[in-house]
Amino acid sequence: MTRIATCFAQAAGRKLLVPYITAGDPDLDTTLALMHTLVRAGADVIELGVPFSDPMADGPVIQAACERALKHRVTLTQVIDTVKRFRESNQDTAIVLMGYLNPVERLGYARFATLAREAGVDGVLTVDMPPEEAADLVDELRKNDLDSIFLLSPTTPDARLKQVCELATGYIYYVSLKGVTGAANLDTAEVAGKVTHIQSFTDIPVAVGFGIRDARSAAAISQTADAVIVGSALVALIGEHAGNPETMHSTLHDLVNGMRLAMDRSAGAAA
Amino acid sequence: MNTETQPFQGSLTDNSPDRKGHFGIYGGSFIAETLMDPVSELQEAYERYRLDNEFIAEFEWELKNFVGRPNPLYHARRWSQELGGAQIWLKREDLNHTGAHKINNTVGQALLARRMGKKRIIAETGAGQHGVATATVCARWGMECIVYMGEEDIVRQAPNVFRMKLLGATVVPVTSGSRTLKDALNEAMRDWVGNVDDTFYIIGTAAGPHPYPTMVRDFNSVIGKEIREQSIEHTGRLPDAIIACVGGGSNAIGAFHPFLDDREVSLIGVEAGGDGLETGRHAAPLSTGKPGVLHGNRTYLMEDDAGQIIETHSVSAGLDYPGVGPEHAWLKDIGRVQYVAVTDREALDATHKCCRIEGIIPALESAHALAHAVKIAPALSKDKNIVVNLSGRGDKDINTLADIEGITL
Ligand SMILES: Cc1ncc(COP(=O)(O)O)c(C=O)c1O
Repeated sequence: MTRIATCFAQAAGRKLLVPYITAGDPDLDTTLALMHTLVRAGADVIELGVPFSDPMADGPVIQAACERALKHRVTLTQVIDTVKRFRESNQDTAIVLMGYLNPVERLGYARFATLAREAGVDGVLTVDMPPEEAADLVDELRKNDLDSIFLLSPTTPDARLKQVCELATGYIYYVSLKGVTGAANLDTAEVAGKVTHIQSFTDIPVAVGFGIRDARSAAAISQTADAVIVGSALVALIGEHAGNPETMHSTLHDLVNGMRLAMDRSAGAAA
Repeated sequence: MNTETQPFQGSLTDNSPDRKGHFGIYGGSFIAETLMDPVSELQEAYERYRLDNEFIAEFEWELKNFVGRPNPLYHARRWSQELGGAQIWLKREDLNHTGAHKINNTVGQALLARRMGKKRIIAETGAGQHGVATATVCARWGMECIVYMGEEDIVRQAPNVFRMKLLGATVVPVTSGSRTLKDALNEAMRDWVGNVDDTFYIIGTAAGPHPYPTMVRDFNSVIGKEIREQSIEHTGRLPDAIIACVGGGSNAIGAFHPFLDDREVSLIGVEAGGDGLETGRHAAPLSTGKPGVLHGNRTYLMEDDAGQIIETHSVSAGLDYPGVGPEHAWLKDIGRVQYVAVTDREALDATHKCCRIEGIIPALESAHALAHAVKIAPALSKDKNIVVNLSGRGDKDINTLADIEGITL
């Protein structure tokens, strides 16, 4: 079983919490320390953003994080190396690399997949690569026991939904709204309906992201979703407290932990 | 991935691209999931209307009566004489309504948007020519128009910004990344993701996810079709060479495509060499770049060793783009089109020559094609004919030209 599958298997009814941060923002040592903070706050899986010069699917918050990271030329291989360092003291928390295709193309699919596996990466999500174009990369990821995570969105028709579910492993990432990361128009009731609909097609866990920014929205989404993803709200805190590491860690911890507790409470209330 | 040059047998226009928009290994649809559905809706609509007689008739009517086509294929006699070699012919896209080839494409896409029931139009622009052409068709058909433009380009192309506003468009400055065309494209894509239900994105060059490279090519192919007829009318045969500048590649592919299977016609695309290819400060991905993925398609890109897109440099805003349409990437690999670069300096010299000798102020983009013609014409015999696609007029560039000469207007 892959580490991601193990995380979901061991959850036993508890919903998974999946924080996203952009690697290298403000620098890779801080990223490594923040990953441990996220685990202490209740993260089950960490999505580690690989910075890209042209993050077309991201809103201003993650764009700014990419720019901060790229100011000191953070590369995909350095991000992979940070995962290796994380694994020196953590074997349980699953790590997903999330980013855009071009840095992976440049490194080469086979070399990327091998390096990622050796470092202890568990899954890969390339935002601008739909399943239609993904066969070669998915092949390489499979050979290295890495999960291929794909997005579904409110605009995905059922025919494609089936196709994506067949190719996806690890979990399905449901984009909860029509918009870029960090958008504010989340409709939790509509999302719940969609998640249930997706779950009727597949046994793969469904994680929901985009637009979840606090304990309340996390708890609401976790009523139906198998996992809750939070990104821009965390990245905004990292940007805001870039000059003050202590506050950065504590505010990040509190936000994630607040989500964790609210999700567990709402699971208890529902049971 | 095999990117080696291979001789290509058979027709270059049949079955190209394939059903999913691939030109060889290039093209495709590399976009986030939310855009997959609107893009396939667009694919279906385009598949349907490109063969629809009523659509074609309306497009042709607009090109004739609104755009002012056909425009002339003009023999630049004095310049040809001075160069002492091949005859230079100018395809006068600068005489189109709004002053560039860009309007061919925006008319086509606007007609499609209308048939698809979309009322809100978005676009990206670099030089502002595509923005103006989009604002124009939106005014013509009463559609809302939002144009994304890099902050740096807004300064460089102030007259066009004002023209867009006069035409009723909203110009949104883009402050992310390098603040030029590529960032405007990112921002337009982000807008589209958030407004997929009512919005039609009119991309301004032959790049982006399928079907854009094909659709933009087809709408601009009127350039090559007219060159063909007019060349036969004036000289009794096809031209020996066609030269066009390549930013994203829409004017070039429009001029080249109807000639791809006429192997005796040499086709030459001219990229922006900026300060010189050897300096790294240029915008010539086909000349120096590697294949990668950006803005929805696989193509040649200007990137660093880690796969990050790098900043480009060109005196002409419309060529200041780190990618290029996927069909050009394929045509380069198979050797059908030759791609070269000319420097800012060479383009500026050609601009001044064109003004003084022919009485035509060319766009700085188009001047790149002129500059290459100036290089090759003298060595060719006087009975050879070179067509240069004069993709636009240079009125928009007068501030840039004045700046370079230290003049404040
Ligand atoms: C006059 C003119 N020519 C050429 C271009 C470059 O675009 P493309 O390569 O798509 O023709 C532009 C772009 O703004 C332009 O305004």
